[in-house]
Amino acid sequence: MYKYDEYDHSIVAARIDEFRDQVRRRLEGHMTEDQFKPLRLMNGLYLQLHAYMLRVAVPYGTMDSRQMRMLGRIARKYDRGYGHFTTRQNIQFNWIKLADTPEILEELATVEMHAIQTSGNCIRNISSDQFAGAAADEVTDPRPWAELLRQWSTFHPEFTYLPRKFKIAVIASDTDRAAMRLHDIGIQIVKNDAGELGGRIYVGGGMGRTPMIAPLIKDFVPFADFISYLEACLRVYNRYGRRDNIYKARIKILIHELGADKYREEVEAEFQAVKQLGIDPPQAEFDRIAAHFAPPAFETGLSDAIDRSDPNFAAWVDQNVSAHKAAGYAVVTVSLKPTGGIPGDASADQIDIMADLAERFSFNELRVTHAQNIVLPHVAKHDLFRVYQMLAHAGLAEANLDLISDIIACPGLDYCSLANARSIPVAQKIAQRFADLDRQRELGELKLKISGCINACGHHHAGHIGILGVDRKGTENFQLLFGGSGAEDVSLGKITGPGFSEDGIVDAIEKATNVYLAQRDRGERFVDTYRRIGMEPFKEAIYG
Amino acid sequence: MKILTGNDLVTGDVTWWTGEGWSRHIEDAKDVGDQGDILAQVEEAARRVNTPYVIDAEATPEGPRPAHIKDRIRALGPTVRPDLTLKPADPNAGSWVI
Ligand code: SF4
Repeated sequence: MYKYDEYDHSIVAARIDEFRDQVRRRLEGHMTEDQFKPLRLMNGLYLQLHAYMLRVAVPYGTMDSRQMRMLGRIARKYDRGYGHFTTRQNIQFNWIKLADTPEILEELATVEMHAIQTSGNCIRNISSDQFAGAAADEVTDPRPWAELLRQWSTFHPEFTYLPRKFKIAVIASDTDRAAMRLHDIGIQIVKNDAGELGGRIYVGGGMGRTPMIAPLIKDFVPFADFISYLEACLRVYNRYGRRDNIYKARIKILIHELGADKYREEVEAEFQAVKQLGIDPPQAEFDRIAAHFAPPAFETGLSDAIDRSDPNFAAWVDQNVSAHKAAGYAVVTVSLKPTGGIPGDASADQIDIMADLAERFSFNELRVTHAQNIVLPHVAKHDLFRVYQMLAHAGLAEANLDLISDIIACPGLDYCSLANARSIPVAQKIAQRFADLDRQRELGELKLKISGCINACGHHHAGHIGILGVDRKGTENFQLLFGGSGAEDVSLGKITGPGFSEDGIVDAIEKATNVYLAQRDRGERFVDTYRRIGMEPFKEAIYG
Repeated sequence: MKILTGNDLVTGDVTWWTGEGWSRHIEDAKDVGDQGDILAQVEEAARRVNTPYVIDAEATPEGPRPAHIKDRIRALGPTVRPDLTLKPADPNAGSWVI
């Protein structure tokens, strides 16, 4: 885990002092809402349908137990006893009072947390692979690279007022668990033929109104040029990105209009200039950061055997436990998707329990996933059963990772002021329709993602099945999409046809899964069958 | 009817103009006729409300019911957490929301 240095502490403290003063001036009437709004947003404070909402950053999704407990404390003391983990690997508190906010930020700072870079047209909180540092398939831990980017991007004076918000993801394996190519910049850390690590840089991806997959811009950027190259990528965007039209302001539009080759040329030219500035950190600085992410002291000689005599436990192991790089260890994903629950929500008590489990069984570490689940990254296999039992006791042992009920759903019209339709009730109805776990397993990996509006916080374009809520003359309506993926087989979903009512969309999905079951070839997932047979058979079943 | 709504500056709570002040309960909302915008300006300047706006609503024996689903949800609370709405003990409280 990265530990703040003096500089980190002082900038966060200074920001809280500044915000406390801004809140005071707002409450005393020295500032209008129009003046205050951009300031509160820079501190993660939104005004949603029912109250203020505070979004707290979890940089690259990594937390320790102490930090997780603090989230439980905030939920209990300042909110209504729960928090909502988001697709940006952050957490949102839905019922915050304006006057409490400086105090909350102060409490967060005691455990090195904050709400910086969770809003505004800046480089947002960097996201990463939730299995970083544990995954059996990574070439290195991507988090030191992500931390380097956090330090580079935090309050970067040139990139504080970009044309639009800017999201960066960093991974280090061929398996993409972070929807990397659907970010403004996606970086895969790779090894070149000489065995050196560097970044493969994709630029111009994103979801929202105009979804795009980021094209490859540079195959390999060595560490020595890493920051300069990214600085050049941002500078070209800052110069040419459109500020006249909010819908065309993201970098994906710029790259689409310029073309990847022209953008690359511009970046290369800018890079030659930036390189002269000497902003790339020395290797020693990277090593200093990387030392914070040194692997924990794994025990050696542990057995890989797991006693599978309890069938429910065995099912959970099969679904929610993944391979770890250290022998005798495993990665546990805690599903925040109980049948009929609210995707991504966890009560303060559940947050505390996950913190306790991390402390006892996972070297103090937790991760937030973009699929709104929590990961215990380093659990000894001989502890798995105990961890499972404790999770089950807290209602956190749903064995549904990557199955149809492991639904990503944004807050939608139940909370979000931008929403057109409610996402959560749709997720609940689908999860209930497919509640039988055997049926879910029969359907296999099926990533279902729901957004309550075109902004696509629920990643509907990247769902094997995606759902988009729209407003049809004041009534909620739901469009259905098939064929998206945010993984290494990245693709964008296509709309099936006319939209559905809330119940209609559940029926349509059931019909689609029946087509899949009837038509699938051996080993095919839903999305594979869709890609092979196309939309028509599904359309016939749904609309016929 | 036209009614005026916003969020409380300090708590963020959804509030409704009652003719004299602000209430969390939509049942207290009064028709503002064509005075909504001017009232909104005055009340916002006095910091008694944040981002007020006028909406269409239907007068019913149970009280005003907003025309748009978004404001109906605002009036009661999240449909997926009845325990957090203004009427947690009433299982039928939300029957008019959706
Ligand atoms: S997708 Fe739309 S409705 Fe959902 S959280 Fe984002 S802005 Fe709100």
